[in-house]
This record gives sequence, structure tokens and C-alpha cells, in this order.
Amino acid sequence: MRLERAFPADVPLLLGLLTLGGFSLVLLYSASNQDLGLLYRQIARFLVALVVMVLVARISPDRLTRWTPFIYAFGLACLVLVLAVGIVGKGAQRWLDLGLVQFQPAEVMKLGVPLMVAWWLTRNTLPPGWYELGVVVVMVGVPSGLVIVQPDLGTALLIAASGVVVIFLAGLTWRWIVALGLCLAVSAPLLWTQLHEYQQRRIFTLFDPWSDPMGAGYHTIQSVIAVGSGGLAGKGWLNGSQSHLDFIPERGTDFIFAVFAEEFGFYGGIFIMALYVFLVGRGLYISFYAQDTFSRLVAGSLSLTFFLYVFVNIGMVSGVLPVVGVPLPLVSYGGTSMVTLMAGFGILMSIHSHKKLMPR
Amino acid sequence: MKNDFRLQDYLHDTKLIQSRLIVTSVIVLLLAGSLLWRLFELQIVQNERFNTLSQENRIRYLPLAPARGQIYDRNGIPLAQNLPVYAVEVQPERVDDIESLLNRVSQLVVLSSEEVERFRETLRTRPRFETRVLKSGLSDEEVARFAANQPLIEGAELSARLQRHYPLGQELVHVVGYVGRISENDLARIDTAAYRGTDYIGKLGIEGRYEDVLLGKVGYKKVETNAHGKIVRVLSSKKSVAGSDLHLSVDANLQRAAREYLGEFQGAVVAVEPSSGAILAFVSNPVYDPNPFVEGIGSRDYQTLRQDPRRPLLNRALNGRYAPGSTIKPIFAMAALEHGRSPVKTTFCPGYFKLPGSSRRYRCWKRQGHGYMNLYNAIVQSCDVYFYQLARTLGIEKLSDAMVRFGLGRQTGIDLTGEPSGLAPTPEWKREVRGKPWYPGETISVGIGQGYTLVTPLQMAMATATLANRGKRMQPKIVAYMRDASTNQPQYEKPKMLDRVDARSSDYFRLIIDAMTDVVHGRRGTARRSGRGATYRFAGKTGTAQVIGIAQGESYDEQAIAKRFRDHALFISFAPVEDPKIAVAVIAENGGGGSRTAAPIARKVMDFYLVGPPEEEKTSDAT
Repeated sequence: MRLERAFPADVPLLLGLLTLGGFSLVLLYSASNQDLGLLYRQIARFLVALVVMVLVARISPDRLTRWTPFIYAFGLACLVLVLAVGIVGKGAQRWLDLGLVQFQPAEVMKLGVPLMVAWWLTRNTLPPGWYELGVVVVMVGVPSGLVIVQPDLGTALLIAASGVVVIFLAGLTWRWIVALGLCLAVSAPLLWTQLHEYQQRRIFTLFDPWSDPMGAGYHTIQSVIAVGSGGLAGKGWLNGSQSHLDFIPERGTDFIFAVFAEEFGFYGGIFIMALYVFLVGRGLYISFYAQDTFSRLVAGSLSLTFFLYVFVNIGMVSGVLPVVGVPLPLVSYGGTSMVTLMAGFGILMSIHSHKKLMPR
Repeated sequence: MKNDFRLQDYLHDTKLIQSRLIVTSVIVLLLAGSLLWRLFELQIVQNERFNTLSQENRIRYLPLAPARGQIYDRNGIPLAQNLPVYAVEVQPERVDDIESLLNRVSQLVVLSSEEVERFRETLRTRPRFETRVLKSGLSDEEVARFAANQPLIEGAELSARLQRHYPLGQELVHVVGYVGRISENDLARIDTAAYRGTDYIGKLGIEGRYEDVLLGKVGYKKVETNAHGKIVRVLSSKKSVAGSDLHLSVDANLQRAAREYLGEFQGAVVAVEPSSGAILAFVSNPVYDPNPFVEGIGSRDYQTLRQDPRRPLLNRALNGRYAPGSTIKPIFAMAALEHGRSPVKTTFCPGYFKLPGSSRRYRCWKRQGHGYMNLYNAIVQSCDVYFYQLARTLGIEKLSDAMVRFGLGRQTGIDLTGEPSGLAPTPEWKREVRGKPWYPGETISVGIGQGYTLVTPLQMAMATATLANRGKRMQPKIVAYMRDASTNQPQYEKPKMLDRVDARSSDYFRLIIDAMTDVVHGRRGTARRSGRGATYRFAGKTGTAQVIGIAQGESYDEQAIAKRFRDHALFISFAPVEDPKIAVAVIAENGGGGSRTAAPIARKVMDFYLVGPPEEEKTSDAT
């Protein structure tokens, strides 16, 4: 009991995360053409993220509830700041330079938005009414809008989704859901005109990637070929010709699943999908048995958005969703998103362990 | 902890959310299942098709980097060119025994222990099928020896690529600049597609400014590779287009001579053709060798350059900001005439000047005084008191306006980046920047080109050219024309005219220019020694800019003052007076007096350009 208090980790979650992390290293070693330096950096990040997770897990849900408005405000301030003084990279302005590290404020909002929406909705009775929903729209819309103008459409959609998920869990009536769906269908053409040209092209090529094999369709075609040629058991670790002959773009980051599917085949796909479903399932289980409404909403939202990342990424790599820059959670090479995800799991662990500590 | 009402709500909420969680769980399972179904379809059902595609997927596009445009001086002397450099590259995958390979290679080319060490490091960190450089910068002899023996060494190959080289080295570094490896910062602003296969980018000078013209267009080679990525055959290719060559108006020989004349002095010499604004010489001393910067200069060497008290990295001709001293006088004289001052009006010079109601003495360089001075004589003999008086009458706004009209204290628009504007001070400027009001005494200092006034050598040369042109202002330009690689046609750009300096009467310019001519050719001219023996007539004006202020009642003792506090020597001139072909501005830092140090340098520069190189130089030039 005392150990649990000091290190309140949920063992099933922890085991799942460690398996995934280890798997990421094996995969990155291959995807990076055996670059050990890159591997060490990923290990360092994973360790940092683990520490963050444990620290977050020690924060009780009560305290988290009190902190929520501040976290949200902080994230919002950072988003405004990044537009003013952020670092421009690859045509987008996403990073803040803190001297030692660069950090992407949009990541804060991946946690900030679901926390804030849950916080707001639990101050009133459920299901939310007109007024509550109106406020939620602003709460979700403002940060998403700020991220869109960076421009980073993929992340903005995921941030918005994390808020929407909370509303859904909070019991938005089905009538509303249908109405919203209709609204979306109507406004789609309008949104379409707001997209950047490269974004429009990505959606076009989704339907027919072979129409532009050397241009916009190239990513999708090469990645689908990699996945398809993997077969039942894959070509074997370090033996993916698609991956190692440079046909797969961004193979260490957004398209790492293509490397995985080529080298480990359908069996590998089943394995990793099972692993992700297990993590999400455990999260939903924690949400189901959480002790208060805020925790329940937060846990549910975090688990579901985690799954959403997985779904969007694998869908993109296997050619059923447009190419949006969403990494495969905890497997892709990269820093800030890993810390955010692990912090999210830290919150899940906190919700689970603090419940046990309190007398019923 | 909650009241009954909340508690009831809580149960209701819990039930509601839990039901939603069940719904979402089902959705999660369905979505996960659909992804697995997609994978099944790709990997099992269509596996054969994709396997074939991946087998055939051996077509790759390799970039063909364009040759960078070369840079020449006005006489066709190459200033920046591309030289082939040879390297030995190794693909470890094809080597059975690395040790014996290293051994055999070392018998053909000289391998230092650092090179071997660096190579071994790449063995650990980079994938085996990637080629890496074992030794670069082979000598001709080494190339020949290695080429003859290459068939015997499996896995090691000779590679050739073009490297930027500056044949004149340090001489034109402040004009041509240099290229360097593309850095992280560069990557953020360039179109990476255009730089495929190119490792270098113009960083400074003409290389940086004309980057888009020099770069050229990338081509590609469509090749078929085997399963290991080795090229089997070339399917098609699109040639790269070399960048345009640049021909500068700068004369490399004049440039070299001018720097030689400047000698040990830090400073600048800018020579320009007044009619077109074409830069003939753009000297900043001291200089440094740009060649090490191409491959990336070592940080120790760079620190040495940076910390050198003589500041070789500073481009004084472009970025050096100096008080113009007395060289500003012709311009203020011009302004006075424009504002109605009579040229015959005289001022008495007792050797000093005092503002009414103040005891402070502003001294004339001639302690015993010039006596009665009119405008003409005040320029010829550079009488300070006359110009103190003139400044006081005109006021700071008109002085500042005159400077700006001649292009002083504002950017000239030369085709180099990072040009400062300098400063033609005004009371508004002082209030905004210094937060203090303008004092009348400060106007007096400005009258002889001291005080806050800051101009660059380039601005001084252009203002001189404007005087020589009788008011026509040209935009300075370093590149004379470009030569497109595909058409091989020279592309000229018309010289750009700027706002004219209009005079109410053309006599005004004549008067000023006559006075400047007498500065060098007149009996009492301050630079009469530099005018002696000239085969052409030229006009000039000396200047001496104080580096430290001298306290009241103290005298300036050159011997006693440390060299770095000694006055800057300045001289502006143009020649021939009737049909100006060249305008020159010279600044010799801590050179003492303008007439003694700067004027002879300008004279020699003009001699070189108008008459030809001195005898002894002609012979050495022939080699």
C-alpha cells in the first residue's frame, strides 16, 4: 500500500506502455537505418516521459480539478505566444524556444481541452444544455483555431476531437448528435474552401492516389505498397526493401507503421492492434469505475483520443484516411507528443490509484 | 461531502456516462476491427499485387545538382569558380575486410589518423550500405594513383564533385563573400526541392545577395536499382541548368592596388564610376581568406578572426560608420548657396568660434586663424570657423536635409545585403533615441562633420559621385551584367537613377567643384601636395575625424596619443574634373590627417585607374 502511494502506477497500463516503448525502439532501429544515436535520444525521451507520467500520477484528481483552469489558461497563453514569437519550421510556426528545449504548446492543449471541458460540464448537471454547450464550443474552438492558423490542421482536429469526446460522454442527447452531424455535412463545402491547397490535394488523392503517383499520391502509394507487400509474416526485421531503399517518406515519424507492417506482416499488425486496444480498454475500464464525474469524463476522453491517434495514423498509412501529420502514439520518433501522451496516462493512473486510497 | 441533490445527480451522471462508455467501447472495437480488415485486405488478399509492385519499385530519382554560376571581375578575371575535388568513398557493405582495405588505400593516398578515426566512427553510427567519405581533397597525384589501382580495391571508389574556390582569396572577400554548407537556419527559409543535391548556399556578399541567380536549376536522373539500391541502369534524365555567371564592375587589379596603398591602415577605399554608379573598387582592410568558410571553418580559427582587434570580419566599406569630418563641407556649402548665402560673404576666422552667451570655444584646425574667408576659400583651406558660422545660420534641420539629399545617412541601395543607413542627426532623432533635446552647440559640431553624424565609406563615395555628376544621383551597383548559362547572352540592367540633387543655379555646382579642384591644385589647397604632377585635373576634399574629444584648452599631440585614439584620415575626390570617370572615398582609421594620409592613397587609386598601373607593378602583373 505504501509503495502504491509513492509510486501510484497502474500495473497493467505500465506493462502495456513498456511493451509499446520497447517495441518502438526495435522498430526505430530499423526505420532509422540502425542509427544508434537516434535510438539513444528516443530512450532518453521515453525515460523522461515515464518520469513525467509518475509525477502526474501522484497528483490527486481533486487537485487536478483545481488546477484545470490554470493549465488551460497557460496553454492558451502559450498558443498566442507561439504565433507571436514562435520558431518557424517547415512552413509552420509551432515551436516555442525555451533555451534548453523547444516545446510545442499545442501539445499542452491535447490535455488542457478535455480537462477544461470536463471541469466545466461537471459544474452543472448532465446532460449539458444550450448554455453549457455554447461555452464548450468557445473552449474548444479558440485553441483549435489558434492551432489551425499555425497551420497544423491535424493537431487542431485532434484537439477539437478530444473536446467533442467529452461532450459525447457527458450525455449529449442523440437528437443533438444527429443535428450536429447534419450541420457538419452542410458546412463541409465551406470548410473545403478554407483548406490549404496541399490539404485539398491530399484528400483528392485519398480517393485515387494513382492519379498523381509522383506528386501528392506518392506518400500513400509507397506506404500502401510497403504494408501490402509485408504479407502474413512480413519480410523480417531490417529487411523491408520499401523502408530501406528510401521509398517511404518520414519513415521514422508519421509513417513508421508502414515500416512495421512491411517487416512484421499481418501477425505484427494483429499484435500491435491488440496492444493498443488493451491500453484503450484499460483506460475505459478506469473511466467506468472512476469515483467522480470529472475523473470519469477525463479518463474516458483521454483513452478515446489516444485511440483516435492510433486510428488516424494507421488509417493514413494504410490509405483509408488522408495524410495528416499525426504520429503513431508512443512508437514514432519525437519528443513533445510522447511526454503529453505519458502525462495523459499519468492522469489515468492517478484516477485509478487515488480511488483505491479513499474509503468508499 | 455532497448534498442529496448532488448525490442523486451523481448517480444519474454515472449511469449516463457509463452507458456512453459502453457505446464508445463498441465503436472502438469496430474501428480497430475495420483497420485490421484493411490490413488483411492489403497484406493477405492483395499481397501478391503489392509484392510485385514492391519488387518493381526500384525506380529512383537521383538529383543532378546544377553548377553554380561563376563570378568574374570587369576584365574577366575569375573571382569565384568551381573546382573539382576528389574523394575516396567506401561502401562497407561491399567490403569483406575493412582493415585490409584501409591498409591498401593508405598505400595509395595519405591517410591521417584523424581521417581513419572519423571513418571508423561512421562504421558504428551509419548503416552499412551507405557510402561514406574516407578521404577528401586528394592531390592530382593521389587521384592518378588511386584511379589506376581502383579495380583492385573492392568497395572503395573515387568520387568527384565541384567545390567553390576563390582564386584571389582574401582580396575580394568583402565584395564576393563566400558560400558555406546549408545550415538549419538556411533550411527554414529555402525551397528544399531547389537545393536537392546541393550542399552549399551563398552566405555573404555577392554570393549571398545573388543566390537565386547563381544557384541554377536542379535536374534529375531516373535510375533503376537492384534490391540493394545499387544503380543498374539509367532510364532517363533531365539535365540540370547551371546558374548564371556574374560579371562585376569591380576591377580586381584596382582593388588589389587600392588595398596595397592603404597598407597597414584599417579602413576602406570605395571607387565608383559616377556616370553609372558602377563600383570599381570596394576595399575594406583588413581582409580574411574566404576559402576555409566553404567547407566550414574550424571554431578555433573563427574565434581568432572574431576576436582579432583589427576586426577583419567587419566590411568597413559597407558597414563601417564614420564621422565624415571636413569632407562634408562641400555639401554644406552647396546647401548654404541653395538657401541664399552669398558666395562673396565673408566670415572672420580668428582661430576659434564662440556661440553668443557661451564661453566654449570651437576651434579651427589652424590655431592662428584664417582671417577673412569667403565660401570658396573656406573649402580650399577647410576653414572650420566659416562652417561653424554657416551651420549656425542654416540650423540643424537644413544641414541634415542636405546630407540626406546627397544620400548620406541613408541606404544607397547597393546590391549587397546588410547595408546600414548611418545617421544624419535631427532634433527629432535625438529626442526619440536619446530622449534629450538638441543643443545649439551640437549643430556647430555637425557643421564640420563631427557630432552625431555617421556615414559609411560607400555613402561618401556616392555623395562624391553626385557632386562629380553635378547633381545626378546614381544607385551603386557591383554586378555589371549576368550571363545566362542556357542562352549565353549577357543581360544588362540599366543603371538606376535616384532623386536628383537640384540646384537653383548650375553655377553653384561649378563653384563648389572649382573650390574642390583648388584643394588639390591650388596654391593654398589643403591637399596640394597630392595634386602635384597629376596628368589630369581632379577635385578633392580632405577630412580629419576626431576619435576622442579634446578638452577645452588642451592641444592634440599626435605622438602622445595611443594609436587607436588617433584621428581618422579621410579624403573624397573625383577625376577628371571636366568629365569624371572615377570618384573615390578613402578612410584610413587612425591615419592622422586627411591631407597627409588619405589624399595620397586616393591619388594613387585614380592614377592606377586613369593612367595605368605604376611601372614596377606592370612587370609583376605580367606573370
